[in-house]
Amino acid sequence: MKKLLTFASRNAKEILRDPLTLFFGLGFPIVLLLLLSAIQASIPVPLFEIAHLTPGITVFGLSFMTLFSALLIAKDRESALLERLYTTPLTPLDFILGYTLPLLPIALAQSAVTYAAALILGLAPTPSILLALAFVLPVSVLFIALGLLFGSILTDKQVGGICGALLTNLSAWLSGIWFDLSLVGGVFEKIAYALPFVHAVELERALVRGELIPALPHLWWVLGYGIAALALAVLLFLRQMKKR
Amino acid sequence: MNAIEIKNLTKRYRDVTAVDGLSFTVREGELFSLLGVNGAGKSTTIRMLCALTEPTSGDAYLLGKSILHESAAVKRLCAVSPQESAVAPALSVKENLALICGVHGFSKEKTTEKIGELSALLGLQEVLSRRAGKLSGGYKRRLSIAMALISEPKILFLDEPTLGLDVLARSDLWDVIRALKGNVTIVLTTHYMEEAEALSDRVAVMKDGRLLVCDTPDAIKVQTGAVRFEDAFVRIVKGVAK
Repeated sequence: MKKLLTFASRNAKEILRDPLTLFFGLGFPIVLLLLLSAIQASIPVPLFEIAHLTPGITVFGLSFMTLFSALLIAKDRESALLERLYTTPLTPLDFILGYTLPLLPIALAQSAVTYAAALILGLAPTPSILLALAFVLPVSVLFIALGLLFGSILTDKQVGGICGALLTNLSAWLSGIWFDLSLVGGVFEKIAYALPFVHAVELERALVRGELIPALPHLWWVLGYGIAALALAVLLFLRQMKKR
Repeated sequence: MNAIEIKNLTKRYRDVTAVDGLSFTVREGELFSLLGVNGAGKSTTIRMLCALTEPTSGDAYLLGKSILHESAAVKRLCAVSPQESAVAPALSVKENLALICGVHGFSKEKTTEKIGELSALLGLQEVLSRRAGKLSGGYKRRLSIAMALISEPKILFLDEPTLGLDVLARSDLWDVIRALKGNVTIVLTTHYMEEAEALSDRVAVMKDGRLLVCDTPDAIKVQTGAVRFEDAFVRIVKGVAK
């Protein structure tokens, strides 16, 4: 346990000491929230009403967890730190948990800050916000697992492109945060609903409204994708570990 | 006793044979250098000896433990300072050392003791609180070696420890390596022939995954009729190519 905690604590420090993490992790969701609330104040659109917007921004913020975890693993692979650690008593489970666990409180803190900012901007303070905050955890596992997966197979430069640009854009376009997916409809909407991002947003939106039962189908999508991504990530991480 | 005994070690990656039927021994306490041009198979050999890569065939024994059948015991006996810096860049020097102590399960007291001992041995006291990512190349290498020494290995693999360092930093690191000599068996890979000659008890020259020669630097110079060790190395490597 001590070995795992030491490794997890190192990973947390490595992420939190990067100023980009602080900006994208905490600052960026707040900037988006402020900007869109300002637009909403001038030109009211139901999509950007604070109770509708905040869950989307929260999920969008979590997509940066993929970038953080993938970058950390890819850099550790390239600097040969992982190779060094493979000769220590750390087990494969220690590695996987060590990369995953530190990001959970970071994701939770990021979401808490986003909801706190939304409360200041007029979101009604209801107990359902706490429930929405709790369900950030399964959504985070999905995004962290994607990071573990990409970090195991890509270089840090590729991670920047795939996770930093492609994945954040995919999760933005296909999540219904910025526009109503039914307005596009057709194949685009079907693809979006076959992926987990829109379900993560719908899950959070339903919970903020205090509707637990309608939230559940979206939770199954998120959990299903999360478990599949985690299983694949573990497989790919172990494969690269063996390959070294 | 032999620290390392390599028997017909081979590693193939699809069509490429990285290491081809390698056999030699390294004595306990010896500083042994593995030389060769890029792609000779040095790093692959080291990774196999540390039980990080499985050989395609053959075996090697580290203090009697097989890399094939007793990989956990082998990992406990050895440590590696890889070609790359292999440090955690956002952590301080002290935190990097504490990280390795922690993953080995050391107590708080032993961690403090180890950090003191190794920072003195490697000359890291003045940079203990500095972030590893901000260190000069020479200090990064010293930290890398200190991290490798934490587990008190019997065999230490130094993969191109002075690569990219300036003359002074390299000279300082040679002093560090000399100070370690005798206490631990050291296997060094390097592209610098003067380094191999100055530090090594014996050297092995590899090309295309095969062993060309294994002897003391002086004996190799005599065998090739060269005055400088670098010339001897070139003659050996080119001689096979002819």
